[in-house]
Amino acid sequence: MSVSCAVKSLSQGSRELIAFRIGDQEFCVNIMSVREIRGWTLATPMPHSPPYVMGVINLRGAVLPIIDMSARLGMKPAEPTARHVIIVAQVKSKVVGLLVEAVSDILTITDDNIQPVPEISSDLEKLYARGILAIDTRMICLIELEALFPEKAHDKESEAA
Amino acid sequence: MDMNEIKEIFFQECEEQLAELESGLLKLNDGDRDPETVNAVFRAVHSIKGGAGAFGLEELVAFAHVFETTLDCVRSNKLEPNQDVLKVMLKSADVLADLVTCSRDGGSVEESRTRGLVKELEALANGEAPPAAEAPKAAKPAAAPVVQPTDDSGFQPIPFTFDSFGDDEAVEDQFTYEVTFKPTRELYSKGNEAALLLRDLSRLGEMSIACDMDQLPALESMDPEASYFGWKISITTPKSEDEVRAVFEFAEWDCELDVKSAETAEGEELPMIPVPFDLSALDDEPAEAVQPQAETAAKASVPEATSSVAKAVNAAVEKKESAATAAAAAAQNNAAAASSVGQTIRVDLDRVDRLINLVGELVINQAMLSQSVIENDNNGVSSINMGLEELQQLTREIQDSVMAIRAQPVKPVFQRMSRIVREVADMVGKQIRLVTEGENTEVDKTVIDKIAEPLTHMIRNAVDHGIESPEKREAAGKDPEGTIKLSAKHRSGRILIELIDDGGGINRERVKQKAIDNDLISPDANLSDEEIDNLIFAPGFSTADKISDISGRGVGMDVVKRSIQALGGRISISSRPGLGSTFTMSLPLTLAVLDGMVVTVAGQTLVVPLTAIVETLQPEASAIHSFGANQRLISIRNSFCPLVDVGRILNFRANQANPVDGVALLVESEGGGQRALMVDAIQGQRQVVIKSLEANYTHVPGIAAATILGDGRVALILDVDAVVGASRGQSLKPEMSLAATG
Repeated sequence: MSVSCAVKSLSQGSRELIAFRIGDQEFCVNIMSVREIRGWTLATPMPHSPPYVMGVINLRGAVLPIIDMSARLGMKPAEPTARHVIIVAQVKSKVVGLLVEAVSDILTITDDNIQPVPEISSDLEKLYARGILAIDTRMICLIELEALFPEKAHDKESEAA
Repeated sequence: MDMNEIKEIFFQECEEQLAELESGLLKLNDGDRDPETVNAVFRAVHSIKGGAGAFGLEELVAFAHVFETTLDCVRSNKLEPNQDVLKVMLKSADVLADLVTCSRDGGSVEESRTRGLVKELEALANGEAPPAAEAPKAAKPAAAPVVQPTDDSGFQPIPFTFDSFGDDEAVEDQFTYEVTFKPTRELYSKGNEAALLLRDLSRLGEMSIACDMDQLPALESMDPEASYFGWKISITTPKSEDEVRAVFEFAEWDCELDVKSAETAEGEELPMIPVPFDLSALDDEPAEAVQPQAETAAKASVPEATSSVAKAVNAAVEKKESAATAAAAAAQNNAAAASSVGQTIRVDLDRVDRLINLVGELVINQAMLSQSVIENDNNGVSSINMGLEELQQLTREIQDSVMAIRAQPVKPVFQRMSRIVREVADMVGKQIRLVTEGENTEVDKTVIDKIAEPLTHMIRNAVDHGIESPEKREAAGKDPEGTIKLSAKHRSGRILIELIDDGGGINRERVKQKAIDNDLISPDANLSDEEIDNLIFAPGFSTADKISDISGRGVGMDVVKRSIQALGGRISISSRPGLGSTFTMSLPLTLAVLDGMVVTVAGQTLVVPLTAIVETLQPEASAIHSFGANQRLISIRNSFCPLVDVGRILNFRANQANPVDGVALLVESEGGGQRALMVDAIQGQRQVVIKSLEANYTHVPGIAAATILGDGRVALILDVDAVVGASRGQSLKPEMSLAATG
């Protein structure tokens, strides 16, 4: 999509999201933060890291931390296979790799498509969920990466470790 | 480009000129009498003066002018650059450097310093020092009062010329020169102005001038930016031809300039440039060429033989001729090369770093590619394989050349040291000569930037503590002038910097006593000489009896050692009582790569910086001793050293591994404590490119950085200090020894 097209569609209140699957749930993030999508490669584990950090891989010479989205979203830790994919996303100044089961869709939606998140008790969901999309019979949860990986959280974790 | 940017460039150039100046002066100090050296020194000051004038930095101009004047005396052999003269000159170079710094950063140089030196320089320029002939002495009293009142402006016209000319020529000797001056378009486009040059020329003497307007076209065909005028000048002046030419110095390349002495103008030929070529070599070659020809010819009929010899000789003559032209061409090339020496461009360091990063990727990528080709190649040798080999060679070469871009000679740092030696020696009243060696040894710029500080510290220490006072030295039968030698050389992929003084050496008794007083060692500790010497690197150690301005603030050699280690380097000392000490620093050539030992820990590959490792050993079961609840010690040559399981510290495994199955790396960390790090296996030694973990992740305790291995996977680089620190938290054992044995 050309830039002018993107600007046009944005101005009409529509935006593009990339949807991915973890277990039996679907999530989506803003496509603008996604840099590339690549296959799973074995990560080098990091000492003293939180359980959802799978380790680091070499992304063309940069050291890229891999986040197990399943574990990060409070579900059971992923057991990565060759079919898993890594979504390389820019979160503020840092680039992280998000391990998901599969990328399912690219969605073009307007703000009207987004329903508010219902009242739920879990803090974690409140933290990252920014809305729910109903596409056909599917339910897709829109998440905000910045909320999942606040820049300071890393520092706190390392202090605790 | 605004004025500030231009000014910035000027100051950058000043730095270079100052370096040139200082190195030239030091060469002269060492007895070099090459006129080119003197010229280089003169040019440096002259350029600074010129640039400073353009920016209206009057203080700088005034001082540079006086300095230049004195240097000109040296240049024209009127002043012998002996030790005393050079001492003043070196001091002047320091002041000039300070003036440049002040002009850039604000602030001011003490006027008394400048004024004092101006007086000294002027005295030298007036020929007070050299013996010379009677005539200038007679002329001096007359000249002196003229000179003194102009002190403040510093802009007086070179006052020494008249009397000093009396040395070789009759006083008041006048020459007449015919000067033809035709500026080109470039002269004006560079902001020069013919009128100003002519005005400068007119100051030299009686001058008559005629404008040559022959080439002036009709108004309608005139290019407003072109140059059409030329001038014919006849000038009568006591100055030499060189001085007349010097007026046009900055415009030389942008004009047609011809200066002829009126008397010699007629018969004078163009100067011949001698073309050196080795005739004997030329003669040998054809002889050899003739020989085999002649031999084969001998077998054939005689007339044929003669003709072939004749041919060979002809060929040889031709060859000689072509060789002669080749030699001429080579000489020309040399001249071209000489003028292009020192041609540099300024490149933003970030750009170079990006290039280095990219080339690093290229190397890794190429290694990965090779590996997968080897894995998938069933035929053995294939054209792909050969192509890959060439690619590998190319990438290596690219990497080397890119690294070379960042490499710089250590010269600037060494030069700074000579100034420090001069200043500190003056302050403490010692006579010290600094000898430098291998100053063209190249090393990465970041390393250069970072060694300056520890080196300064060490030099100060050497001057203050190392070299004895002249009286003491004389009493010991040594030359009252102490020598400090600073040398740099490459050794096995590292740079070795040695600082050697011929002072008193380390007073081991005092060092030991001081260490005992400061609770660094126990009074009954039995230390080898080497261990005692190395105590000076212990934190909080200072042997200076009285605290001086220069050193002895209690932060001494330990800081030096720490900063050297932070660079991935090592420092050691060897000392001979009464004869002096030698400090040896070994540093990596670059900070972008690191020599590491690749090890396996709990199935993971880790890199341990080689600089931290003292030795590696295979522990035997009998050497392992349990200590307390879960501590273990390993006995190495009868001393006990705590055993640290790296896998456990990094949380790679839940239980401590059995040390007998692994390898122990004896490491030394800050503070000098030794630990035996347990790893499972050693894979080998490798140079690795350092990658930041913080860029996308965060700092990880126990991990210094990451790197990418040949298989494309990320390996972590162990932070030895942090690992040892973490182990110390559990350790109950106090420090055994502070002395390093490495």
